Formats: sequence, structure tokens, C-alpha cells
Amino acid sequence: MNTEYAIETKGLRKSFGDVKVLESIDLRVKRGTMLALLGPNGAGKTTVVRILTTLLEPDAGTAEVEGLDVLRQGRAVRERIGLTSQDAAVDGILTGRENLVMMSRLFHLDRARARERTAELLSLFDLNDAADRQVKTYSGGMRRRLDLAVSLITSPTVLFLDEPTTGLDPRSRQVMWEMIRKLLATGTTILLTTQYLDEADQLADRIAVIDHGVIVAEGTADELKRQVGTERLKLSFATEAEAEQVLQLVGGVQLDPTAVSVPVEGGDEVRRLLNTVAEAGIEATGLVLHQPTLDDVFLTLTGGNTGDKA
Amino acid sequence: MTQTLNAPTTGIAPKARHSTVALAVSDCLVLLGRGLRHVLRDPQQLFQAVSLPIIMLLLFRYLLGGAIQTGQTYVDYVVAGLLVISMAFNSTSTVIAVTDDMRNGIVERLRSMPILPGAVLVGHVISAVLRSFLSVAVMVLFGLVVGFRPHADFVDWLGALGILLLFITAVSWIAVLLGLIAKTPEGASGLGMILVFIPYASSALVPVSTMAPGLRTVVRYQPVTPVIDTVRALLTGTPLGNSGWIALVWWLVILAVAVPLALRRFKRRLSI
Repeated sequence: MNTEYAIETKGLRKSFGDVKVLESIDLRVKRGTMLALLGPNGAGKTTVVRILTTLLEPDAGTAEVEGLDVLRQGRAVRERIGLTSQDAAVDGILTGRENLVMMSRLFHLDRARARERTAELLSLFDLNDAADRQVKTYSGGMRRRLDLAVSLITSPTVLFLDEPTTGLDPRSRQVMWEMIRKLLATGTTILLTTQYLDEADQLADRIAVIDHGVIVAEGTADELKRQVGTERLKLSFATEAEAEQVLQLVGGVQLDPTAVSVPVEGGDEVRRLLNTVAEAGIEATGLVLHQPTLDDVFLTLTGGNTGDKA
Repeated sequence: MTQTLNAPTTGIAPKARHSTVALAVSDCLVLLGRGLRHVLRDPQQLFQAVSLPIIMLLLFRYLLGGAIQTGQTYVDYVVAGLLVISMAFNSTSTVIAVTDDMRNGIVERLRSMPILPGAVLVGHVISAVLRSFLSVAVMVLFGLVVGFRPHADFVDWLGALGILLLFITAVSWIAVLLGLIAKTPEGASGLGMILVFIPYASSALVPVSTMAPGLRTVVRYQPVTPVIDTVRALLTGTPLGNSGWIALVWWLVILAVAVPLALRRFKRRLSI
């Protein structure tokens, strides 16, 4: 039970009918740290979270939370975890306060303690002004904050955040990030799923990149960046066709429809690269030499499939 | 700000003081509270529960009643039938409420918490039963205004309300099951129609003896008819026969089938 890891999975597999969602997932999250599970839509992130939170049984493999088997010790696991899922799981007809009191009661706090905890969480998450309004009148950011507040009622030791900032405006995202950083500082172990590279980069101790149900890379943000070269050249073009053509010629990854990022080592390689492009009769409208970003890592590792071409 | 972001200790809420049963009851009551708040904040649902009995009574008592011979005043005859019809009608809200819940992340969250599985369904059923009994109260009181004259003592009333309680509990579990089967709110209202129409094909509005022979057999032996006959007999003094026992057996069996089916469907639906 007293393992070093708060979350550990070995060989998790799951299929829905003929569709293989998870191929063989091995994950370890050290106690008190945050792992970001980074991947495009449909990569299997939510399936991992649902297995770890006892909502779904894997076809094969084992999963332990705090040393407890999620299949055989489901209730004990449920007593120790908090979950914030992507569609804010709060009741729109009830007020924010009623949601928190109801959930506190369902966590079996007595009436007085439930009200006390509710008041604490409302002020902590800056929801005092909206506390007695129906949740359906809340903004997206307020809903997520309430959702996170609900998952913290019992101060869980392990918290699962399934795409906690998807669909939020930049300011609300910043607020969520602040909250999440504070939680991490209290020693909570967090598994966060996200499709935002900067989110993983900003918050997580380690990042596991998942694509088509397989972990394609794992490490700290720096380690992952090192995997794709020390420096990269970003070339922008006037048209998509030109960008495609350059991609064929020199490799690299397509950052957006008209930009290509290529790993380079030293000035010679940069010169050769630019010559190749010039010889093909294509003019680059912009050139930037930069440290690899997680975008580069992600696109290189997953073969350029970002799910949505944003 | 930091004083409430406690470092996680065990993460476990205090619970050892209570038994599992006490906790399960408490879970159901908390979720019943949720269901009742939903009803009170949805004026349409509440309006339906109150207005439907009144509208139906007016319609059948004054518009159609004059043309139907039942051997007693038509309002005395029809109240039992309308009680059952409006109860079944009210349970369509339960079908939709359950479908809504399943589409929202809230049931997922409840399942990730250490609570009784299915407590949310029990909450829906109890709230449906209470809503239905509001309809019963309105129907009986308004019935008295338009000429309903029950001949029933305390025990008769108790028996009638008891059989209605069994009926609506079982119907609510069927409604929950339909709500779990439906994938969309539109689908849910479609499936809910089953509950609306079955009670009409019974002795609710006209005596079975006036129907064509084939239909008569179906209507006489379908499970809603003995409920209506029992309530009518107890409240207005028509012959009870053995319809009380038949109603009791029918609806206990239906309840015993519907509850496990709904719970199984609930578990299965969530693991997809």
C-alpha cells in the first residue's frame, strides 16, 4: 500500500466493440506530483480516467490508486479520489450552494459540516456572489470552478481532472490553472488530461503523450522537447500548397496550414535547408529559429494528427 | 484563502459512526431533496400535476359524462379511472428526467462517489410518487366540488391509497427503465407515451361490459383494470370481487421485475 506511486497502471486494454480504445497503457504517477495525459480527441484519455475512477472496467491489465485495486476495492478507491470531468457534472437547476451541500451530504458529512465546507469552498473558488443563483445561469468558467470545488469536498488525495479547461476563455483558464497549482502545492496527486500543449507544459511535472490508445512518449517537458532536436526552424509561406510542398521536400511537421517546423543542427543545415526550398522556387514569407515547443513534440510523435486542424 | 485548501489527509469523510443502511437511506433522501427541488422549480411540471386532474374531471364529468351509462353517477364511476390515468401521465416527467440525468455528467460523478449505486433512481421514484399523490389530492378535492360522493370509511381509503401507492411505485420504476433506454429527450417523450395510453384501454372511462368481445377480454385482464376496479369499489361501494388480490399480485410482480431491470440497465448504461 505504501508505494511510491499514487497511480499505477499496467497493460490496460479496452475496446468498445471492434474499436480498440486503449492498446496497452502503463502509467505511474508519483505521490504529490502531476502527470498530464496529453493527446488529441479520441486518443483514449477519458477512457483511462474512467477506468481509474472505477466507472469503467478494463478488458485487461491492472490499475491501482493509492495501492488499491480499482476493480476489487472500488469503494475504497472512490473514498479517496475526486473527479472533475469534461462536461461539468453539476446540477443546473440547483444553486451553487445547493450543489455543494448536496454533494457534501452524499460524501456523508453531517448537515452542519456540509454547510461549513460549502461556505469554505464557495469563498475559495470566488463563487460567493453567485452562490444562491441557479447553476444554469453560470458562465462556463464558473461552472468549472464549482465542479472543481465539488471534487475537493473531502480533500481527496488523488484528483482526476479530465480536460478541466476545454472550452474556457483565456482568463477563466488562467484562474483554473491558479487553482490547480494551489492544489498541487498541498500535496495532492493529480492526473490531468488535456489537448492543450501549453497547459501540460505549464502545470505538469511529467507528461505522457497518448495517441490512438498508445503512450507514444513520456517524460518531463524538457525531456520530450529534447527528443525532437535542440533547435527548430519555423518557415511560413504564403499558401498552403507551398507549405505542403516543403513538407514533402524537407520533412518536419506542419504547425498550421501555412507553416512548417523542421529540426536543425547548426548553421550549415539551416543554409542547406533554405537552399532546397529556394531551388524549388518557393519563397518563405517568415523564418524563426526557436527552441522546440510541445507543439513540435506532439506533432512529431503523433504523425501530425492533432485531431482538429486548429 | 489557504486555510480551506487542506492538505489531503486520508481524503475520507467521517463515516464509521453510521451503518451502511443508514448511509444508503441518507443518500436516497438527499437525492430525493434534489428531485423535489427540481419539481418545485419547474412550474410547468407542477402546473401539469395540478391542472391535469382538474381538466380531465371537467372534460369527462360535463362533456362526455352525460352520454355514458355506468349504473352510478358518472363522476363517481370515473374518478378512480382518472386517478390512475393522471398518475401514469405524470410519470412521463420521470422518463424525461432520468434521460436528462444520464446525458449530463452528474450521474457519472455520483457513481465516482462512495454512495449507494442507484440512489439517484430511488430519488426519482420517490419524487414521482409524491408528485402523483399531489395529483390524487387535487383530483379528490376537486371531484368533491363537481359532485363526487365517496362512500368509504377510513379503512377503505387506506386500502385505495395503498393500492395506488403500489401502482405508482411500479409505474415509476417502469418510467425509470424507459428513461434509461431512451437516448434523447425526444426519444424519452416517445417512450413515455406507452405509459400514457395503456391506462386508457381499461375500465377507467367506460364499463368493460360495453366493449366488443375481443377488446373486452384484453381490457379485463390487463393489469391496470383491477387497480381501477379496486379503487372504485373501495371508494364508491361497487362490488370488489377479487380484483383487489389480482391488482396486488399483478403490480407486486411488475415491481419485482422492473426494479432489477432498471438497476441492471443503469449499471450497463454507465459502463459504455
